[in-house]
Amino acid sequence: MLPIADTQFVEATWIMVVKSIVIFAVIFGILPILTVVERKLIGRFQHRYGPNRVGPFGLLQPLADVGKLISKEGFRPANAVPALYVLGPLLPVLSGVLALAILPWGNVKDGVGFYGIDVPIGILYFFAVGSIAFYGLLLGGWSAGSKYSLLGAMRSAAQLISYEVSMGLALLGVVMMAGSLSLVDIVEAQGQVWYIVPQVVGFLIFMLAGFAETNRTPFDMPEADAELVQGFMTEYGGMRFGSFLLVEYMEILVVSGIAAAMFLGGWMGPGPGWLDPIWMLVKMIGLVLVFIWVRATLPRLRYDQLMTLGWKILLPLATLNVLVTAVLVVTT
Amino acid sequence: MSDSNGTSGNGFDPKTASYLDSIEVVEVQRGPEPGGVGGAYRAFGETLRGLKTTMARLIEGPLTIEYPEEKTPVYPRFRGRHKLHKFEDTGLEKCVGCSLCAAACPADCIRVVAAENIPGDRVSAGERYAAVYEINLSRCIFCGYCEIACPFDAITMGHDYEMADYDRGDLIFTKEMLLAESIERTPLKSEGE
Repeated sequence: MLPIADTQFVEATWIMVVKSIVIFAVIFGILPILTVVERKLIGRFQHRYGPNRVGPFGLLQPLADVGKLISKEGFRPANAVPALYVLGPLLPVLSGVLALAILPWGNVKDGVGFYGIDVPIGILYFFAVGSIAFYGLLLGGWSAGSKYSLLGAMRSAAQLISYEVSMGLALLGVVMMAGSLSLVDIVEAQGQVWYIVPQVVGFLIFMLAGFAETNRTPFDMPEADAELVQGFMTEYGGMRFGSFLLVEYMEILVVSGIAAAMFLGGWMGPGPGWLDPIWMLVKMIGLVLVFIWVRATLPRLRYDQLMTLGWKILLPLATLNVLVTAVLVVTT
Repeated sequence: MSDSNGTSGNGFDPKTASYLDSIEVVEVQRGPEPGGVGGAYRAFGETLRGLKTTMARLIEGPLTIEYPEEKTPVYPRFRGRHKLHKFEDTGLEKCVGCSLCAAACPADCIRVVAAENIPGDRVSAGERYAAVYEINLSRCIFCGYCEIACPFDAITMGHDYEMADYDRGDLIFTKEMLLAESIERTPLKSEGE
């Protein structure tokens, strides 16, 4: 079998298949729950309950929502470009699923690596597949043939180039300290101290850029429900719209997972070895809750403020962080 | 504003300019210019303050009253749906069919047709009784004038406010409906609440 990427540790094919199925099952089981949790938490942040009518504690709400979305007509505007219009929502799903592969849930145990795949270029892979999602937004926004969609798509493009650089630079400090791009190696290197302590600036920059990457408030410029009526999603309906929404949560999970692995020690935690994936999941969910908390708090930034923050503050700060880290790593 | 009591350059006599004197001078305070390192630092601080505020709201818990299951208590003098009353000892109706309530009603929603009491089969305590007593609740404005006009306290305003129906005809409440022992569906506010 031809290897997809140069891996450090090759397993039997059936183990890979089982691992993929387990990762899919867990993540796609968490996603719908996450939508309810977000809506309920946002409600609590505003002195209300949030959805609590469907099922116990409103837990069946996503089932009802998805059922509604699936049963809707697959509508397409007359002046849309058909092939690209259909492709639009598919690319972000692809990107999210691909990025799940490198999240580390534990080290090699009994000949099975607790991760989808451990590529030596780890972080670069995350950036590479993460950027595919923006193609989906751009194509979807442009091909829908609506000015709001186009505006949303343009904003996503501008946002992408403003934040991807800072995000990469923020992670560079960690990469230099660990001396490896592989996420498994990076987590292993955090046995003594989690990288959030020496790399707190990097962590903050990464989280800020993560908000932008996942189109969440305060950087939800591409969607901007109030001004652009959901931006690139305006002309989408039914499950195509649903997949755009759902993939947003998947990206949140992925970004939280990367942040947990890079800065919060990944699977490191007290307790026996089989608790490792649980620890990783707990840290991920904790960061997801931060995403929700921030959404409940901050208003959407103006376009120029977004650009100012990205280019004038985050980029110099990230560069400075990299420089200082480089000097410290070389001297010690 | 400073020249209102100083030079009268704009044609105002300072002695009669009492209106201008009574205005409190509001000084507009401008915050520091945004941007730069200081701006970023302040924005970060304010963001943390905002996060603290929302977290406090989360800890306080929801204020929602889940209406159909949970009802807002009403005050004792809340004017809800009317009730007609009987004497508790004799079981006779208090209403004597005087139609004062109908006369007092500004919305003209009460219809009373009086009839003479037959000695062996009394309905009310008085000489006459209400053979027909109807309140059209789709017209009623719940002002409570009927309650005030009634000389025998035969009609009072209850506490129920859930009277929605599918048919306008069903909103005309007859004497039997008004006399019936009403199920108290509305919680009352307790003393001092």
